[in-house]
Amino acid sequence: MSIVLAATAAILFASGTYLVLQRTLSRIVIGLALLTHGGNVLLIAAGRWGRAPIAGTGRARSFSDPIPQALALTSIVISFAVTALLLALAYRSWILTRDDAVEDDVGDRAIARAAGPRPGPGDDERALVHDDTGAGR
Amino acid sequence: MTWLVAVPVVLPLVGAAVSILAGRSRVAQRTVGVVVLATTTAIAVVLLVHVDRSGPVVAHAGGWPARIGIALVADRFAALMLVVASVTLLAVLVYAIGEPGAERNHVGFQSVYLVLAAGVALAFLTGDLFDLFVAFEMMLTASYVLLTLGGRREQVRSGTTYVVLSLLSSTLFVTAVALLYSATGTVNMAVLAQRIHTLPSGTASAFAALLVVVFGIKAALFPFFFWLPDSYPIAPSPITAVFAGLLTKVGIYALIRTQTVLFPAGSRPGTLLLVLAGATMVIGVAGAIAQDDVKRILSFDIVSQVGYMVMGLGFFTVAGVAAAVFYMVQHIVVKTSLFMTAGLVEHAAGTGELPRLRGLLRTAPVLAVLFLLSALSLAGVPPLSGFVGKLALVEAGFQSHAAAIVAVSLAVSLLTLSVMARIWSGAFWGAAGEPAEPDGGEEAVARVGRLGGPVWMVVPTGALVACGVAAALAAGPLYGLSVRTAHDLMEPARYVHAVVGR
Repeated sequence: MSIVLAATAAILFASGTYLVLQRTLSRIVIGLALLTHGGNVLLIAAGRWGRAPIAGTGRARSFSDPIPQALALTSIVISFAVTALLLALAYRSWILTRDDAVEDDVGDRAIARAAGPRPGPGDDERALVHDDTGAGR
Repeated sequence: MTWLVAVPVVLPLVGAAVSILAGRSRVAQRTVGVVVLATTTAIAVVLLVHVDRSGPVVAHAGGWPARIGIALVADRFAALMLVVASVTLLAVLVYAIGEPGAERNHVGFQSVYLVLAAGVALAFLTGDLFDLFVAFEMMLTASYVLLTLGGRREQVRSGTTYVVLSLLSSTLFVTAVALLYSATGTVNMAVLAQRIHTLPSGTASAFAALLVVVFGIKAALFPFFFWLPDSYPIAPSPITAVFAGLLTKVGIYALIRTQTVLFPAGSRPGTLLLVLAGATMVIGVAGAIAQDDVKRILSFDIVSQVGYMVMGLGFFTVAGVAAAVFYMVQHIVVKTSLFMTAGLVEHAAGTGELPRLRGLLRTAPVLAVLFLLSALSLAGVPPLSGFVGKLALVEAGFQSHAAAIVAVSLAVSLLTLSVMARIWSGAFWGAAGEPAEPDGGEEAVARVGRLGGPVWMVVPTGALVACGVAAALAAGPLYGLSVRTAHDLMEPARYVHAVVGR
């Protein structure tokens, strides 16, 4: 059984990592959800297998280990809350920019400006004019 | 005495609930916040005195034994950090109340801030790794909200990066906890310390390295620092101040705690930590040199300073860890007061960009004094507290025959001084307020007042700067306490005995 859990955790981690490396925020959120699920599955797999620890009597070894289950429960609640917060942020970002992509940070933009080809004289004005006519039509 | 250990965690949480219920009255909310944090500070001081005299205090939640239950442990390290953190949190709360602005008037600000305080306290006091994860989540979730309160576009942008990165490191943390549990059958740190000897040394080293990555992201250690300079400067001034002073240092605390208590001497990643520390210092200060905005400069400087604390840990000697502890204590106070001063500068001049700042020495001389004391301490100029910390680090370095890292740290220290001098000459020297402020110096003085800002912003800043100076004056006793703390950390037998009970 635990090889199934290990494989599940591995698949969740792999697909989560792939999605987190994407540029669109919605994929990153899904990727993070998968990653946290992978962590939770791993937590469950860390304990001993057996019968449900809250019902019946018997030898202690015949019951599953309840501690990792309690830990996983806590971890699920936390990841649920943070994912909800992240979704709210993503929604806010979409409201503000009408775009799902993660924006560059200030430093990156400054470096890109410093390194990129300098616009010739009048480039800016032409772009503006173009924009204006586009909007006018 | 044992019940007292839980108060710094429970009281702010109760305060947060009361604060939400009292949402209609700003005065009631502020009273609750200040009273709760002042009480926490008092309790932390009592705990520190008690713990220093008669050993660690342990509270087992629900009376469960340490192996399966939740233990709260106040030893010297935890109590010392708790005192410093509570003082800082209190000062920043008063500063936030004193700052005129929209964000701190948000109905949830006070209660989220108290949750942050509870998370920080729990991170210091907890005796088990999973609880540490919960503490980090409390602290970070509160920080996500504080960072994006207001929902401006740049806040959402940098907040997203910050949340994603933190969540990623938390997932790694859960993974590490799961693996440790399956290898040892416990998540309690004291029990782990007893059992980790039974693991193969390679496995133990892998766990140590995994925890370095987890806490490295939270502490902004190279190469995981890039989220910090982008997200911190965006928040409102009081928030940036408390983040800068505390959050990364909680990461460092967890790093020091886990690396010293959990792992036996053979599997500690000393060289790895020293290399990371050196790279962190250099990259951080290089970033600070390249920036033009006061808050961004100071944010890169946080990264650089994190390197010093990790350097002390990397030696894995009593002298090294003592230096790291001392450095942390004074750094939290100094860095927070520096960011509070930067907030006052922004308030007085309307901008934090160096090319647009001038002549604050004339318009706001009090700010100049506050900035100078903190900045010189940060750069390590004698006789201020930063100098004592750096001297202790350098001595520990020579004792461990690690001349390379000592040379790097001294060079970075010099560069830090040049960065601080650049802020000083850019913002404080020159004719009074020409570019940013078209009206003359006299009117600017009238606008910001004789103190250089609103009274209840300047007073807490001044109090924290005074604490920093006091740390230098009381460097002897404080360093003695740091050495005793380091002894506890390097020989965790007493800690283990106090928690496990046999």
